[in-house]
Amino acid sequence: MKIKSQTDLWSGIMFIGFGLLAIWISRDYPFGTAARMGPGFFPTWIGIIMTCLGAAIALTSLKSEEDKIGKWAWRPMILMSAGFVLFGWGIDHIGFIPSVIGLTIIGAASGTQFKWKEVIPLAIGLMIGCWALFIKGLELPFPLFWWR
Amino acid sequence: MEELFANLSLGFETAVSLQNLTYCFIGVFVGTLVGVLPGIGPLAAIAMLLPATFNLPPVGALIMLAGIYYGTQYGGSTTAILVNLPGESASVVTCMDGHAMAKNGRAGPALAIAAVGSFFAGTVGTILIAVFGPPLAEVALKFGAPEYFSLMTMGLIASAVLASGSMLKAIAMIFLGLIFGIVGTDVNSGMSRFTFGASGLADGLSFVVVAMGLFGFGEILSNLEKGEEASSRDLLNAKLTHLYPTWEDMKLSAGAILRGTAIGAFFGTLPGAGPTISAFSAYALEKKVAKNPEQFGKGAIQGVAGPESANNAAAQCAFIPTLTLGIPGSGTMALMLGALTIQGIAPGPQVMTQRPELFWGLIASMWIGNAMLVILNLPLVGLWVKLLRVPYRLLFPAILTFMAIGVYSVNNLDLDIYLTVFFGLMGYVFLKLKCEPAPLILAFVLGPLMEENLRRALLISRGDPLVFFTRPISATFLILTILLLIVMILPAVRKKREVAYQEPPAA
Repeated sequence: MKIKSQTDLWSGIMFIGFGLLAIWISRDYPFGTAARMGPGFFPTWIGIIMTCLGAAIALTSLKSEEDKIGKWAWRPMILMSAGFVLFGWGIDHIGFIPSVIGLTIIGAASGTQFKWKEVIPLAIGLMIGCWALFIKGLELPFPLFWWR
Repeated sequence: MEELFANLSLGFETAVSLQNLTYCFIGVFVGTLVGVLPGIGPLAAIAMLLPATFNLPPVGALIMLAGIYYGTQYGGSTTAILVNLPGESASVVTCMDGHAMAKNGRAGPALAIAAVGSFFAGTVGTILIAVFGPPLAEVALKFGAPEYFSLMTMGLIASAVLASGSMLKAIAMIFLGLIFGIVGTDVNSGMSRFTFGASGLADGLSFVVVAMGLFGFGEILSNLEKGEEASSRDLLNAKLTHLYPTWEDMKLSAGAILRGTAIGAFFGTLPGAGPTISAFSAYALEKKVAKNPEQFGKGAIQGVAGPESANNAAAQCAFIPTLTLGIPGSGTMALMLGALTIQGIAPGPQVMTQRPELFWGLIASMWIGNAMLVILNLPLVGLWVKLLRVPYRLLFPAILTFMAIGVYSVNNLDLDIYLTVFFGLMGYVFLKLKCEPAPLILAFVLGPLMEENLRRALLISRGDPLVFFTRPISATFLILTILLLIVMILPAVRKKREVAYQEPPAA
């Protein structure tokens, strides 16, 4: 028993997880019968099949070729998510213009070659471009700043 | 025949209005612009540009989207040839000989032949849709719930079989997509499912959110993991001097374009199959029939002409199942269907009879879009090259910002932004675990339709699942599906499939 393919093993576990979650959540929905399907019928069956497929995939990890997952890009994962969340929160609270600038700067920081003297002009340029295109051009009703 | 001309002239009347020509032009131009950017495939590009079409009238929106579709496809080939970076799996093939040609100083002819081949394939594809669309739609009108269910099953399984990588994983991705598809209020019971109490999820997950997360956000993460340089490697500094192919090139390519178009038209029409498999098959065929097989991989022009024509013919013919049956044949087509739904049009065979100006206008504009691509892109190659010189470290923050604004503008809902982050991280995990996300997006769109048709079919048959096998058309689809699965499990075919999808050796 030796795990050869990490990617297969973890995909299998992921699908089993999603499958079980689907079954677990669907138990609150009436199942019905085949002739009169309730809202729980379809998702429960999908969950069951997905769990089985996940198990099969996890089993193939013993046989398939060696395959490592490799390093995760933690820095961009965290920073890009943070930039997006800031944008989603900010557009209502601090306005369109600060949100765009914030997202651009945090987004750029998730790369490895961050330089302030490049990123500041980029953020300002993008802000002007987005303002012209989305606010002036497409007339999207976003508040520009926190004072409107 | 007469009817065909009447239909086509209605279509051209619709498409040739100044307004619609402008939409078509904007679509093609912006599509190419975004498609050229390295690291953005057609799917991500269309997802990014989708919100821009929301405020247009339906015909205009569709025409612009079709333009975007061809534009991104063509832009992807440009990047493949010039930078050796495939934007999507279908252009992997173009990289092999296209980039080799570019290295030999023949980037111009490679780009030109790709454009000419795509235009020819697009023209043939348009004619095929015009000829076969109406009779197919008539057949489809007779379909009941069991037929639709079986057809969708076939399409989904085909998309899994033809996806690159492990078939088992692709099938599991389909089921995951189905689950994401039914999030929201159940139309029958009115019950909220998988919404975790969030009122923003009552209408279901937004299509733009899922596509943008999986194909935009996720792919940027994966590019950053490889480092910014990897996304701008190999750009040739040589100037593009000879743009036009020689007479010799034309002679060599003519056959390749014809064969590629035929292959692409065949695979494109099948629901679930798509540009990728067409491009790979066309390349294999060209290598087999060529008098100079040793030139392949070193810059054989047929190696560009064949796959590019196949790719485009398939892209065009994928509209046949999408428009006549309402069943998308690929991830990109799923996006187009999503756009239709947003415009308030229920896709399916009735579109052709109820909205003829929309259907035929779209078909005419497809051809016009293809023509514009050729006319536009050859002179604009210089501009695209400049765009490719913009370093990725400046490009991706801009893409991120556009994505965020695009997602938010759909519903003005901050929840959509957070969900994009979720799907973006999922998309990255899928890429790391080598699970191809394209079948998921297809299943996501088909999820509610499949449940509804399954429910209706079983209601008619009083719960007897044999109904799918006793109705001849439905049984045919299912038998084809099973055959497809069996064929793919056969060891010999399996090996071939693995070889076909192997990354080309770095040229």
